[in-house]
Amino acid sequence: MIAADGDFWSQIFTFTNYGELLVLLQNSIIAGAVLGLVGGLIGVFVMSRDMAFAVHGISELSFAGASAGLLFGVGVVEGSLVGSLVAAALIGLLGSRARDRNSIIAVLMPFGLGLGILCLTLYPGRTANKFGLLTGQIVAVDNPRLNSLLAISIVVIIGLVVVWRPLMFASVDVDVASARGVPTRFLSLYFMLLLGLAVAVSVQVVGSLLVLSILVTPAAAALRLSSSPVLVPLFSTVFAVVSLVGGILLALGGSIPISPYVTTISFLIYAVCRIIAAVRKRRGNAGRIAGPALAQS
Amino acid sequence: MTTSTPTPGSAGATSSRPPAEPVLTLNGAALRFGDRTLWSGLDLAVAAGEFVAVIGANGSGKTSLLKVILGQQRLTSGTASFLGEPLRRGNRRIGYIPQQKLADDGTPLRARDLVGLGLTGHRFGLPLPSRARRRRVDQLLDAVGATRYGDAPISSLSGGEQQRLRVGQSLAGDPRLLLCDEPLLSLDLNYQRTVSELIDVQRRQRDLGVLFVTHDINPILGMVDRVLYLADGRFRIGTPDDVLQSEVLSDLYGSPVDVIRTRGRIIVVGTPDGAHGHPHSDGDLAHHDEPAGSAGAAS
Repeated sequence: MIAADGDFWSQIFTFTNYGELLVLLQNSIIAGAVLGLVGGLIGVFVMSRDMAFAVHGISELSFAGASAGLLFGVGVVEGSLVGSLVAAALIGLLGSRARDRNSIIAVLMPFGLGLGILCLTLYPGRTANKFGLLTGQIVAVDNPRLNSLLAISIVVIIGLVVVWRPLMFASVDVDVASARGVPTRFLSLYFMLLLGLAVAVSVQVVGSLLVLSILVTPAAAALRLSSSPVLVPLFSTVFAVVSLVGGILLALGGSIPISPYVTTISFLIYAVCRIIAAVRKRRGNAGRIAGPALAQS
Repeated sequence: MTTSTPTPGSAGATSSRPPAEPVLTLNGAALRFGDRTLWSGLDLAVAAGEFVAVIGANGSGKTSLLKVILGQQRLTSGTASFLGEPLRRGNRRIGYIPQQKLADDGTPLRARDLVGLGLTGHRFGLPLPSRARRRRVDQLLDAVGATRYGDAPISSLSGGEQQRLRVGQSLAGDPRLLLCDEPLLSLDLNYQRTVSELIDVQRRQRDLGVLFVTHDINPILGMVDRVLYLADGRFRIGTPDDVLQSEVLSDLYGSPVDVIRTRGRIIVVGTPDGAHGHPHSDGDLAHHDEPAGSAGAAS
């Protein structure tokens, strides 16, 4: 009984030869940190544009693409990129209104999953690869993969920084932004493509089912703590990096994929932020200078 | 910014000032979608400091008129100019105040950031902090009486508080014309008055032209210089007293319409299109949030 118990825990947490592993897997840690940066930043816009469901939809098509890439020998990275971008473009073009968008995503998602499962079933190779696409890899990022991940991540981060202000304007206040001459339609499509890229890189590390834990949870947690346009992206990025790097560090020695660690850390951060927000709310008016309520001139 | 001499306290809104130069001019303007004519032959000049209310049923082309002025929609025929130049998209000298929409929790903005978007939201790049920008935002918050909750998340603000910020945001570009698209919708009576008075005070201080789209003229009745009433592809322009008459509106609609004046309020009964978006009140120009006693005449 006790032995079995010990076995159970040692499967989840193993730290033998930790130092050596750390050196071996520094690629994964770099990948995690960069991915955290991407997820933390783009997550802020995913939240303010109310697109969490779109993230999930894109990730399923990304999974389909990756599986097809595996089956046809094109490459998982290439496949998942193509899948993500096609899904993002479809959602961006067909679903400008929230209601349309949700139904389009709901239609695309099972189709993508089905295609992915078909490709995986037909794939003759090892099964470990197969589930990796859905639920995340046991940490292993080789050099070429790290390079492609870094390149795509840099594109997403620079792409976001360049349009940060007008994109935020268009996300929170589309009518006024449009009246002010902000090209809202262009920005919406542009954002979908960046989101497609971000999903494609995330899928390779945490798996398509768990992408939300990097692209949505950290930003949602940050929004519980603050509404400042500076602090929210900052917190969100820190949360995402902590979840990913922390998850990778915990997963290093064991035989379990990193995703359960990442999702758990990310969820715990969110839970703590909610509690902090609730406590604060009880204490009083955030950001208001005390005065007679509803004092109207 | 406030070069003109404000006329504080001149409650009687009708033209006691000398005629000012027009900021917005429409000549023979028409807008058609397919074979449907929203309006045609529209001549309208909005002068600096003039408050024009735009009234009409849903689908009568009120919002489309604003879209034309914002450069988002082309006129089918006719010409339009703003400050003597053709209309174009994203003109900074036109301020825009939309309907109140409650921001949800996913909005990473405080009150001051919403106002700040009006200043620099259209520019590319990151919103880097700047002292000059902060000072401008503080001034705008002060101008609309929102300093007290300047640092509060907008998702925590009431509808009326948000609309105050919208007014501040719309003033950020130092506008000459304010376009208001039902800014009082879904506000309670108290805030309808505060927000409309705020707009009125700003137009007097800054000598702004105001084009105010509304289905309910009562909250702004004391401020309005002229009314543009749209119905069935036709329109009437004039002072509220000239246009809001049973004969005038009956003629406009081509069927009997009664305009009732009671206790300083105006209620229109019997518009055939059931105008003004009130399913229960049969074209009542009064607002549905009215406390019992002064409304109800038409329902």
